[in-house]
Amino acid sequence: MKLSEVKEILKAEVVAGEEHLGRTVVAGVGSDLMSDLLTGPTADAVLLTGLNNVQVVKTAVVAGIGAVILVRGKRPAPDMVRHAKEQQLPLLTTPFTMFSACGRLFEKGLRGVEKKAVGTGEVKEGLGR
Amino acid sequence: MQSLTKTFRVQPRDFVKAGEASLKIQRLLKDIGFDPTLIRRVAVCAYESEMNVVMYGGEGKILLEVSAEKISVITDDDGPGIEDIEKALQEGYSTAPPEYREMGFGAGMGLPNIKKNADLFEIRSGKGDGTTLVMSFEVRQ
Ligand SMILES: Nc1ncnc2c1ncn2[C@@H]1O[C@H](COP(=O)(O)OP(=O)(O)OP(=O)(O)O)[C@@H](O)[C@H]1O
Ligand SMILES: [Mg+2]
Repeated sequence: MKLSEVKEILKAEVVAGEEHLGRTVVAGVGSDLMSDLLTGPTADAVLLTGLNNVQVVKTAVVAGIGAVILVRGKRPAPDMVRHAKEQQLPLLTTPFTMFSACGRLFEKGLRGVEKKAVGTGEVKEGLGR
Repeated sequence: MQSLTKTFRVQPRDFVKAGEASLKIQRLLKDIGFDPTLIRRVAVCAYESEMNVVMYGGEGKILLEVSAEKISVITDDDGPGIEDIEKALQEGYSTAPPEYREMGFGAGMGLPNIKKNADLFEIRSGKGDGTTLVMSFEVRQ
């Protein structure tokens, strides 16, 4: 799914990385736990999170995340925005809650990272981590 | 390729710089052109170990060694050390205080995650002795 589509579906506002909206995200992750991102096959996934601190950006880059979306209309702090720009990581904010945001993307066909083989971009539900 | 060795300093409790050594390592490996899956494994291990030094360790450093056959990351710090290593390696075990949990850390998944991602993983630590992690990764062509 194109990031521009994700933006539409979530009525999101782009805070950083407008120029990367053509990027494709292959799966979705909803988490407030940094180690979760580093445990699963999250390469090129979109991350939905309620955490707005600069560490989220750093962790997302290490995890190979394609874009970060803050839920419940959270505004990122200036240093978070600066880091996202530096790392070329698109950062968006959506008015929807975590549950609704995940649901909306799922409804449109985006899936979790359960069975996704790293690097292939192939998503199959139900394989487990 | 030429082999390469680089050292990065890690300051305990410095959350402004936290993670930056690992991001530099990730960038360096990308520039060399290693396989993305391999880079992700190395970056995850470097980052988990770097964050542990920042959160629980003392004055620390990360040594990166890269050759055409092998990548190794050695993280060590002169902090309080780990008294019960076996416990620390268990999934879910964490001594993270509330302020670290608020940042999204403290799931107790860092060390287990390192063990899973590295081809070779060694940990040396003891109460008052600091902590050393040796992680290495085979480069398969
Ligand atoms: N360098 C270190 N110095 C001292 N203690 C450490 C060090 N690294 C880890 N520990 C101890 O081992 C525990 C487990 O570490 P681990 O990385 O697995 O989990 P965590 O850091 O608590 O949580 P997470 O990594 O999921 O955010 C830590 O809570 C801490 O008590
Ligand atoms: Mg940890």
